[in-house]
Amino acid sequence: MAQYSDVVMDHFTNPRNVGEIEDADGVGEVGNPVCGDMMTFYIKVDEEGRLAEVKYKTFGCGAAIAVSSMVSEMAKGKTIEEALKITRDGVAEELGGLPANKMHCSNLGADALHKAIEDYLEKKGKE
Amino acid sequence: MRTAREVYLDNYAASPLLPEARDAMLPFLGESFGNPSSLHGRGDAAREAVEEARSRVAALIGAAPEEIIFTCNGTEANNLAVKGITAGSRRKGRHIMVSAVEHFSVLHAARSLEKQGYELELVPVDEYGRIDLGALRSLMRDDTILVSVMLANGEVGTIQPVAEAACIAAERGVPFHTDAAAAAAHLPIDVESLGVQALTLSSDLLYGPQGVGALWVRRGLRVIPLLDGGVQEGGRRGGTENVAGIVGMGVAAELARERMTERSAHLRGLRDALIAGLPARVDHVHLTGHPVERLPWNASFVVEFIEGEGMLLLLDQQGVAVSSGSACTSRALKGSHVLTAMGVPPERAQGSILFSFGPQNTLQDVDYVLEVFPPIVERLRQMSPLYAKFLKERG
Ligand code: FES
Repeated sequence: MAQYSDVVMDHFTNPRNVGEIEDADGVGEVGNPVCGDMMTFYIKVDEEGRLAEVKYKTFGCGAAIAVSSMVSEMAKGKTIEEALKITRDGVAEELGGLPANKMHCSNLGADALHKAIEDYLEKKGKE
Repeated sequence: MRTAREVYLDNYAASPLLPEARDAMLPFLGESFGNPSSLHGRGDAAREAVEEARSRVAALIGAAPEEIIFTCNGTEANNLAVKGITAGSRRKGRHIMVSAVEHFSVLHAARSLEKQGYELELVPVDEYGRIDLGALRSLMRDDTILVSVMLANGEVGTIQPVAEAACIAAERGVPFHTDAAAAAAHLPIDVESLGVQALTLSSDLLYGPQGVGALWVRRGLRVIPLLDGGVQEGGRRGGTENVAGIVGMGVAAELARERMTERSAHLRGLRDALIAGLPARVDHVHLTGHPVERLPWNASFVVEFIEGEGMLLLLDQQGVAVSSGSACTSRALKGSHVLTAMGVPPERAQGSILFSFGPQNTLQDVDYVLEVFPPIVERLRQMSPLYAKFLKERG
């Protein structure tokens, strides 16, 4: 479909890091208020506080799938602080832009990742 | 991207123009230019061509030629029917009724009347998308001035009990309009036995050119024009006619009549092969619309746990063109109003997919879809959190 950039089509066609992490350190699930879709992110954090593993599952449009793939790539290997700085606009930019009516899908990715990190921090705080 | 095979199954959106229609149109895009309103020879030729087309379109639905108003598409014809009939009867009342599964050109025209102070009632449908005749009867009022129910729904294929519905309206003397755009090439129509007062046709859905439509209005029913201008179309639609387009529509209407039986049988074969074959290969796929009372060309489904745009894009990469009613594929990012009215839950409606066949399709096309589609569904399901949840819950 012509409305998507080559980078979006590449990430949609060959999504990186798809899946779940059984013993995840943090899980974040968000629903898309606009069209009712859903994304779940799973993270594994190493001793240095870096995101060693980032996986996800996505129920949504082509852009939503590409966004989750891109977010997983951007977040992998980053520290918690760095990962929290990933924004919807940053994701859209890395993807070579998104059509205007698909910008809300890029929220999903960053939100789900941040939620997974919050979940991790909360669990850690309790320990 | 070139693929092994190109399979076009989005004929509800657009279909190849009949070569016979194109050939008949070409002179009017070249040497045979002329304005049907002109009094000289060129005008006469154009006018004769338009009138011949009018007779052909009228013959398709058993109507009189002078009752046909050419418009620039089905949307304009539907707007003219809904707004024009309502305006023509506004002294008699302010209550209008349309089915909940109408095309947007009926639904939104009715909504716009509602904003102007008319009262709108949506006639509910059952799980197959068929209108509730009991509700139609009980919701009709003394001040109802229009009922509009489509002959068949293009999105889910369901054929409506229009003759029965029109009969209910006739008992109370309420004008009845039916949008026959999606049905006219494949279901025999006779406006007399149908008992309706107005009927919409669209050229492209007869395999004619885009940009032409027609509204049939029974003699005696008042319709206020949408477009004021000259006295073209009996004063009911101003503006110089799209002569080439109208000629093309005329040929398409004639061929629809001649080829209907053979065409429908062919399409039904393809449709039924897909309707039988897909659920046999993929679990949790459901046919939408009525299983029997359905358009010969329509095979519409919802595929659980995944979303339509993803399916559409991956099918496109395999050379297969289809459409979807998922919220993500609609510009307004809203789920299909048709599936919603049928009570399909939103997450299921997200997996909507429509295969619309045309006369050019073959059984090989169906085989190809049955070969490439199941792995696409599997691939998207492996990515879906809903599917993961379902598998976990199932244990
Ligand atoms: S997830 Fe629905 S439009 Fe992107």
